[in-house]
Amino acid sequence: MGSLIAYAPLLGAGVLVTLALALSSLVLATSLGAISAAARLGAGRVGVAVVLVYTTLIRGVPDLVLILLVFYGGQRLANGIGDGLGWEPVSVSPFLAGMLSIGFIYGGYLAETFRGAYLTIPRGQIEAARALGLRSLALVWTVTIPQLMRFALPGYANVWQVLVKSTAVVSVVGLRDVVGMADIAGKSTREPFVFYAAVLLVYLGITWVSTQIFERLERRYAVAAH
Amino acid sequence: MNRLLTAAVSAATLAFAGPALALDICVEGAYPPFSETAADGSLQGFDIDIANALCAEIGDECSLVKTGWDGIIPALLEKRCDAIVASMSITPERQEVIDFTKKYYQTPAMFVAKADAGLTDSPEGMAGKTVGVQRGTIHHDFMEKEYPDADLKLYATQDEAYLDLTSGRLDAVMADSVAVDDGFLKTTAGEGYAFFGEPHADPAIHGNGAGIGVRKEDTELREKLNAAIEAIRADGTYEGIASKYFDFDVYGS
Amino acid sequence: MRLDLILANWELFAQGVWITLQLTALALVIGFLIALPAGIARARRVPVASPIINGYVYLFRGTPLLVQTYLIYYGLSQFEFIRDSWAWPVLREAWWCALIAFSLNSGAYATEIIRGAVETTPRGELEAARALGLSPRQVDALVLVPSALRRALPQYGNEVVFMLHGSVVASTITLQDILGVGRTLNARHYLAYEGIVTAAVLYMAITFGLVALFRRLEARYLRHLRIGGGT
Repeated sequence: MGSLIAYAPLLGAGVLVTLALALSSLVLATSLGAISAAARLGAGRVGVAVVLVYTTLIRGVPDLVLILLVFYGGQRLANGIGDGLGWEPVSVSPFLAGMLSIGFIYGGYLAETFRGAYLTIPRGQIEAARALGLRSLALVWTVTIPQLMRFALPGYANVWQVLVKSTAVVSVVGLRDVVGMADIAGKSTREPFVFYAAVLLVYLGITWVSTQIFERLERRYAVAAH
Repeated sequence: MNRLLTAAVSAATLAFAGPALALDICVEGAYPPFSETAADGSLQGFDIDIANALCAEIGDECSLVKTGWDGIIPALLEKRCDAIVASMSITPERQEVIDFTKKYYQTPAMFVAKADAGLTDSPEGMAGKTVGVQRGTIHHDFMEKEYPDADLKLYATQDEAYLDLTSGRLDAVMADSVAVDDGFLKTTAGEGYAFFGEPHADPAIHGNGAGIGVRKEDTELREKLNAAIEAIRADGTYEGIASKYFDFDVYGS
Repeated sequence: MRLDLILANWELFAQGVWITLQLTALALVIGFLIALPAGIARARRVPVASPIINGYVYLFRGTPLLVQTYLIYYGLSQFEFIRDSWAWPVLREAWWCALIAFSLNSGAYATEIIRGAVETTPRGELEAARALGLSPRQVDALVLVPSALRRALPQYGNEVVFMLHGSVVASTITLQDILGVGRTLNARHYLAYEGIVTAAVLYMAITFGLVALFRRLEARYLRHLRIGGGT
């Protein structure tokens, strides 16, 4: 127990890194998912094809494999682009590799979630809004997006829960997130059990807090359905 | 003469290169006593001190890039760093991909196991025994070539191998004798463990000491580093650093 | 792109595929064997068992598989009493540690899937079965379980893919599964990505195979739920 207290600040710093990684990956995933869903629904043949290839391929690759690829192999790409544009080569850090990989993978899942949610919106609502004279932007803002969020919320919550746990794997390329810190602490003290058990509790905590937040959001947005 | 040469080279480089270029050096940070990461994240160890001393000698600004062993050569090739100071042995296999400076130390490899394990250091004696090595090292290579009948387990870091050795998953670990001594045997976890067999140093597999890795096209950098190594050996800086960690001659013959 | 090195080592990759498939399949089977009674017990809210199962499910679904595996592999081996116990010959082996972690993890997810499927069994099916005079045991065996399994098929298909992807964790505890082989190859020949790209391609191929398999199964076993024969 003593060693756990001694390493607590380090673990705490790790938790912050985990959360930062999860949130930034979520932002990337949400953006990619939204763009993909929109493209799938509205863009031409090429757009739809591109999105289909993206969502199909990305869900065939395990997260750790993509992270290793981006981290070790991505440097070459970064250099190539950098050389081509005359920039200073950017170093692909473990955090960046993790964020890009996780963002891309869960963007693929969210594309499906958003698309499914959009298709659930009763056509009648859109037609009624148009009949009332609402133009495209107002329509999207007042009708489509609130409805979309309502229907997408459960799926979105699920993807978040899986995404958060996915961040653990970035420790394998050296990220000093909570798992990475537990690795370091466990090996130095030769007491890995207590540190990994602590990490389990941390993730349970994150899961629990997330569930509370999403339940609250679902309650709030469901009210608008009446 | 060497100091004059070094000074001349440095001056010439400064004259042609303009502002001092930062030198990025890949280090491992997980290989005590040569390199390790303290609890606050700072890097320490023989490799670290040597790297800093060489930089001071060359006159370049240095920044240390902590890199996992698995990706350290790709990191150099991809220009994440300009040199590798990570106890990397100069082997013919590696020389196909990168270049090395002259060695900056040389120590043999040995088996370590529980003191009362009664193991014999021979291909027959180790047949069927579970031996741990760090993936991608000369010890990995050595075990695959010389002890093909041993059950080999690969680890990303030396530390993980020690953990499995002490938990009884491994019968033995094959690694650098100094790293094992300082990083394991002299710690509380290493009590009751000892070397067995003789030191192994086959130039074809183990190479000729540990050198600094550079890209093949960076001949100028390699020469600068070579000159710097000679300089710090000549003026006692090397001696000063080595004696902090070792009470024997780590440079080897 | 050093394809020659990959091809020269195809046997290692084949062995890797075998280990990956072994671990994935066994974990799924054991997980299913855990989940069938556990899911039904949860759906029926069996006292005492239900909260315990709920706790198990919460723990294994709420935490990363990587950490569960590390805990079993590195964490347990830390203790003298474990090393001296009868369990040690099993826990000593990385393969068993991986299997235990994967099975418990898969079992938790499968329990939820089965629970959901059982809870949404159409009343009509159960009432009809009882009206026919079937005993509770017979209702379970002949109507409830097959019906639940059918409806669980799509979600279970997802779970199979997740388990395949999750199995990469095995490479972090010395096992030479597909990713393990890829990383070892990269390390031996100082490659940046060839070994890993090969691993990615192999995982994708297996994933697509599994997805196709489950589409076939769904087409066959869920035919009765399709309206007009289309999806």
